[in-house]
Amino acid sequence: MRSTRRTRWGLAIAGWAVALGMFFPILWMFICSFKTEITAVATPPAVFFHPTLENYYAVLERADYLAFARNSIAVSLGSTLLALALAIPAAYSMAFFPTRRTRDILLWMLSTKMLPAVGVLVPIYLLWRDLGLLDTVFGLILIDSLSVLPIVVWMLFSYFREVPAVILEASRMDGATQTEELMHVLLPLCTPGISATALLSIILCWNEAFWSLNLATVKAATLTAFTASFANPEALFWAKLSAASTLAIAPILIFGWISQRQMVRGLSFGAVK
Amino acid sequence: MTATVAAKPPRNLHTRSLLAPSVAALLLWMIVPLVMTLWFSAERYNLLSPGKTVFAGWGNYRDLLTHRALWVAMGNTLILVGLVLAITLVFGTLFSLLLDQDFPGHQVCRLLVIAPFFVMPTVSALIWKNMLMNPVFGLLAWITRSLGFGAIEFFSRMPLLSIVVIVGWEWTPFAVLILLPALQSLNPEQVEAARLDGAGPIALFRHIQLPHLLRPMAVVAMIEMIFLLSLFAEIYVTTNGGPGLASTNLAYLIFRDALLGFDVGRASAGGVIAIVLANIVGLFLMRLVGRNLEDLR
Amino acid sequence: MELTWKKLGLLVSAALIAWVLYRPGGRPELTVATVNNTDMILMQQLSPEFERQSGVKLNWVVLGENILRQRLTIDISTGSNTFDVITIGSYEAPLWGERGWLVPLDDLGADYEYDDIFKVIRQGLSYQNRMYAAPFYGEGSFTYYRRDLFQKAGLEMPLQPSYEQVRQFARELHDPEHGVYGICLRGEPGWGQNMAYISTLVNTFGGRWLDLDWKPQLTSPAWAEAVSFYVDLLSNYGPPGAITDGYNENRALFANGNCSMWVDATSAASYLLDPSQSRVAATTGFAKAPIAKVPNGASYVWSWAFAIPTSSKRAAVAKQFIKWATSRQYIATVSKRFGWLRVPSGSRESTYENPAYLEVAPFAPLVREAILNSDYTKPSVLPVPYVGIQYVGIPEFQAMGTEVGQEISAALAGRATVEQALALAQAEAERDMQGRSHK
Repeated sequence: MRSTRRTRWGLAIAGWAVALGMFFPILWMFICSFKTEITAVATPPAVFFHPTLENYYAVLERADYLAFARNSIAVSLGSTLLALALAIPAAYSMAFFPTRRTRDILLWMLSTKMLPAVGVLVPIYLLWRDLGLLDTVFGLILIDSLSVLPIVVWMLFSYFREVPAVILEASRMDGATQTEELMHVLLPLCTPGISATALLSIILCWNEAFWSLNLATVKAATLTAFTASFANPEALFWAKLSAASTLAIAPILIFGWISQRQMVRGLSFGAVK
Repeated sequence: MTATVAAKPPRNLHTRSLLAPSVAALLLWMIVPLVMTLWFSAERYNLLSPGKTVFAGWGNYRDLLTHRALWVAMGNTLILVGLVLAITLVFGTLFSLLLDQDFPGHQVCRLLVIAPFFVMPTVSALIWKNMLMNPVFGLLAWITRSLGFGAIEFFSRMPLLSIVVIVGWEWTPFAVLILLPALQSLNPEQVEAARLDGAGPIALFRHIQLPHLLRPMAVVAMIEMIFLLSLFAEIYVTTNGGPGLASTNLAYLIFRDALLGFDVGRASAGGVIAIVLANIVGLFLMRLVGRNLEDLR
Repeated sequence: MELTWKKLGLLVSAALIAWVLYRPGGRPELTVATVNNTDMILMQQLSPEFERQSGVKLNWVVLGENILRQRLTIDISTGSNTFDVITIGSYEAPLWGERGWLVPLDDLGADYEYDDIFKVIRQGLSYQNRMYAAPFYGEGSFTYYRRDLFQKAGLEMPLQPSYEQVRQFARELHDPEHGVYGICLRGEPGWGQNMAYISTLVNTFGGRWLDLDWKPQLTSPAWAEAVSFYVDLLSNYGPPGAITDGYNENRALFANGNCSMWVDATSAASYLLDPSQSRVAATTGFAKAPIAKVPNGASYVWSWAFAIPTSSKRAAVAKQFIKWATSRQYIATVSKRFGWLRVPSGSRESTYENPAYLEVAPFAPLVREAILNSDYTKPSVLPVPYVGIQYVGIPEFQAMGTEVGQEISAALAGRATVEQALALAQAEAERDMQGRSHK
């Protein structure tokens, strides 16, 4: 047997090195948010400095952070729920009643997602305008759920396939109808997987910038628009951008960290026995 | 590893009615933008010359396909996707193996490793461009200068690779997010048995862990491919497609047409070409990966 | 456990959606789209004054220049009335005025003092002599330099330098070991980034973008000379990685002390003289934009202005706002609240006649001269069919300029020769001009 203690230390060093290396850019940005603009671009990079909250004040003063955050939350949650509502029945059908066309449909659904958003901007913009959906939270929910739907379907499909058919058969033998089978047997079994998919969808919608910038202006603008307004100004902006970005990612980062245990449980393939 | 055999219960009306609305909504939702794009791609429609829209048939496609920039962009797109997929899968697996080990603080390390995935792509790119890779006041430049190498001009010398690094940093956490739990769901008895049989870590990896990871790797690959094929924000914020066309991918090219030239017709045609490309890559990937997924009949 | 989370999530989002959708009615609102520069930040801070006066609530939508332009173009060309007041530049104003997308602004009243506005700026925002946008800010371009570095090297910057002199200065002052570079210039690809500067260079070398038949001239000797000069100067005496340096980055470099010289927009001046934002506040000097062969088009002209889309339903109130925001009184208000150095400049003569302003802004006379001496209808010594000094006032230019900018940045990065880059650029430009359906 090899020396466990030595390998443990070696692993610890490697593990922490990797973790800190990956996290470092975010940490650096967080640190820069407390510097003055001049200090933020100093060479050599300033590690010791007088921290200041002026950037946060400036950022919060300039824009209504809470309004943006509120919209981000509404859009992320709304899109995820809508996507799940549509995807669950579809994934159920494809997982348990596959046809020859199932694989084709899946692939086709994924491929429509690969249409770069820029290419379809004008058609969607015109459509949304004519439907009165511009600058509405609902309009954003629609487009975001559309964007995230193929992934949600794909992931749910993968999870549902893990469920042994015998369990469903058993419930059917017990006289359950299709809906009951779906709601009371399948969903509880797959809840970890569904939660994981939901969390992923929330993160993707939270960071969705393109549609938020183009389809929303005042009432429905999300945190991505908030960040964008600091991203390319005609002023030294790195310290302020760091502050704005920290404010923008803090909620989702904290949320992700809290719920990542759920995700971990849910993303275990082959764990359903 | 459970054997899942999809049962075929009697298909009744109830099943159909349960599924119909959602499948219909799905189809409708996906079709409408697609149809509009196809329609516009057959027109000469420029936002700045409204009222001068004419039917153009294949005109836009002909323009695009004879444009050198399109082929360069497609090549760059494939290189970008390929390299990032490789990086995220390789490092994702390595990091997962590492984080699977029991060392002090491994849970905190896990949190730190997945953090980059939560950051907005625009912000990630700006951090890398201005705070890290900037040859004058970036951190990396300071490090290399202190070591005597002088500053590396990332975006001039290796624009596409620099973007690959940034995107790889963003998406490796995603791979870890999917692969690590998969690794941890491995049947511990199996692992124990293999160890007792004298399998070293490499053999363990090759024969037990890797096969188990193939399915989640396929999921990672498919999902990443969706996003990487239409990658845009990082390029827009850092290199603007330059120098020359070195970092222009298909999405950026379409952007040039759509939001600089306001040529809706040509941008739509570009979008259709992007879908075709995506389908080809997708089929290829499916075949590559399909052997490891169960057969979808 | 999980079901409770989901129910909670459902409830929370339903509540949030309800909360978001509920908007108490009340005062009329004006949606203003603008760029995120200092002038606009100050205007936002002063907007309560306008809101009090008029009883109108202002909704500010602040975006980076590029994204703003894209949004506005899509919006206005599709006739969607998302915005009531928009911020556009001298590039868009005539084009959009021509297409009837903007409300003419020549009825703001005699107390608006139209004649106080610089004629060239007003012209730049008009089409067929009707003003379609009201400027709150104008700028030209000139040369920034470090007086201390020049002094130390025993050099003197003339009021009107030539590019040959500039090259010599750059060579002598280039000191990369100590992080000081000879000259900083825009290198980032983009029609409003590197091409804005390079267009002025081409002009002063005697070239032009298009001949009278609208044919691109990128392979002409003037272009070859100008771009070779640019690539040579910047790659030898400029900062590393210049191709990612646009206006912002260069301003940061100069403010940080890394540049001996910088040729760019006059708008950076007040910022560079502010000790809280710039390390070189005490040692920054100003000179005119350099000239190569001819003085035409060496310095550019740009203004940011407010306009009203014809699709807006609140044109009357919007005019009220614009009148307030671009008037002489507004400039006076800013000076009282924030000091003369921070007033929006470059739009009105009266600012430049005010001794209080001239006292804090030593560069002001140069800015005024730069603006007044630029004839944006004659950017080149050769005859041209277009207007615009650092841009070409045609709708195709955004795409064309960016494509050319990308190719030239390849030459700067050493990945192509100037000849190759210009040949490719010429091909792109020809392609773009072919699609031109009207003249």
